[in-house]
Amino acid sequence: MATTTSTTAEDAAAAALTTARRNTVTASWIAFRALLLRDLTVLRKQLNEFLPRTLLQPFLLVFVFTYVFPKIGQGVGGGTGPAAESAFAMLLVAGVVGITILFQGIQSVALPMVQEFGYTKEIEDRVLAPLPVSLVALGKVTSGAIQGLIAALLVFPIAAVVPANDVHLSFNWPVVLTLVPLACITASALGLTFGTRFEPRTVPIMFGVIIIPITFLGCVYYSWTALDPIKIWGFSWLKWLVLVNPLVYMSEGFRGAFTTANHMSLAVVYLALAGFAALFLYLGINGFKKRVLS
Amino acid sequence: MGVTAAPAAVQDAEVIHTVGLTKVFPGGVKAVDHLDLSLRGGEIFGLLGPNGAGKTTTVGMLTSMVVPTDGSAVVGGVDVIRHPALAKQAIGVVPQTNTLDRSLSVAENLYFHGRFFGMSAREAKTEAHRLLEKFWLADRASAEVLALSGGMAQRLMVARAVMHRPAILFLDEPTAGLDPQSRIALWEILQELHGEGQTILLTTHYMEEADQLCDRVAIMDHGRILALDTPAALKRGVGADTIVTVSAEGGLEELARLLEARVPGATNAKRVDSTVQLGVSGSRGVLPAVINAAEQGGFTVTDLSLTEPTLETVFINLTGKELRD
Repeated sequence: MATTTSTTAEDAAAAALTTARRNTVTASWIAFRALLLRDLTVLRKQLNEFLPRTLLQPFLLVFVFTYVFPKIGQGVGGGTGPAAESAFAMLLVAGVVGITILFQGIQSVALPMVQEFGYTKEIEDRVLAPLPVSLVALGKVTSGAIQGLIAALLVFPIAAVVPANDVHLSFNWPVVLTLVPLACITASALGLTFGTRFEPRTVPIMFGVIIIPITFLGCVYYSWTALDPIKIWGFSWLKWLVLVNPLVYMSEGFRGAFTTANHMSLAVVYLALAGFAALFLYLGINGFKKRVLS
Repeated sequence: MGVTAAPAAVQDAEVIHTVGLTKVFPGGVKAVDHLDLSLRGGEIFGLLGPNGAGKTTTVGMLTSMVVPTDGSAVVGGVDVIRHPALAKQAIGVVPQTNTLDRSLSVAENLYFHGRFFGMSAREAKTEAHRLLEKFWLADRASAEVLALSGGMAQRLMVARAVMHRPAILFLDEPTAGLDPQSRIALWEILQELHGEGQTILLTTHYMEEADQLCDRVAIMDHGRILALDTPAALKRGVGADTIVTVSAEGGLEELARLLEARVPGATNAKRVDSTVQLGVSGSRGVLPAVINAAEQGGFTVTDLSLTEPTLETVFINLTGKELRD
């Protein structure tokens, strides 16, 4: 490299500036952590919004199905009586944790992003932070996943305590500690994909046409293995159809993680969730780049 | 790796260098057409042009937000196209729209921006406080950003953009939509930053702004630079050093012809609304010459004023766009 011979103040300033610069890897890591810190600070400031939006839906689900129904003698889960009710509550705990995590991905990643891209353009300052644009997107997924974890931790006690009858829980800790984070990442990446593809105008379509079917056909209120009897010409069509739904693997996996209920093979659950996570990360990060760069 | 000690910036204190920078948007619109640009450290440089001239696209390419179709761009010694993440360390941007983080307070907007760029918590706090004082926002530190007036929001965006001490500060149409007081306040701030050695590139379609603030101005239209020089040199290039505006009664077209023929050094005389405007080079004795010529032709001059050519005159000369005709 040629040594510099000029001694003007301008050159000195330029030299100071270039030496003060960090290499991209260090700068990216620092910026990535600061982006997370920003998101968690916003979460702390908006806790009064986060708590109701996170807790109310799971609470109502559990309250109506496992408290109100048994009390008024309305059968759920294919039977009445404490044993059937207890079995249903066990089924529902896993589903409720799954649906909570999925909704967190939509609420903490997709909806804010739709707004930021749609009209506020606030994200621009974070995109100009000194890290690759794809890492800004990945930062969003990470903070969304952390919010999903917090939500799961908050909801779990509700699902276990509210039911009128005992819920038989049995924790498989290695599965709990790996599957819950994996589900959070998948849901958050799904949020990124939706957040970069929907506009403020089309959000009602996202809810009506995508989110609602995902929740109703996500094996939240019933177990996947129980879908066998729904057949056309001897073919259990619903059981196979719902396999395109990532929520199915969360609900089923959590059945294996928290309860003694029948559930889909955990190997399939891990594989499918990892596959969905990879797909949504790919789609989401690409979508993010397309929205940010022109 | 290995880009950290970019020697290019040391060798020639050139903060921006582009060669043949071109952007063709999908659909074939050529927004910027082979732009060659060179900015020296410490100058305020203006990109002046009408809407759609390619100014914002140019800033977009220089700040890594628009991917060029062709050409090269080095900003702060770093190739923006090849190393956008590294180049962003050298760049501060004030975009056209309010992009303040609405979930954070005024002070937090600065604090987190500092953290993105590697400041420690204490450093970011101190610097945020200092900038809020400097930009007359200290009493709003804990306010919501949505509660700020347009001028305050703009000042906060400038504070945010310079917080990490960028090699170059970009401002895209910074005073569009500001009231006159806020505009003047922003000009003062930019001049102060300029005094501290900050290199600034701003885009504007206000001739006055470019004239007042900029060391050099590039006049842009249809993605190309039509002229680039100091405001004074651009105005000299018009070929007249004085613009005379004459108010008189009677046939103004005829008066225009008369003045162009009889006033020494007069060029380009034309009727503009209810006055006649003409350029004159060599302004000595212009007033009596104009009055005499008009009175000999039977006109009564009711008002007369002399001004220097403006960048608007330059722009019209270059583009042939008659704003009033």
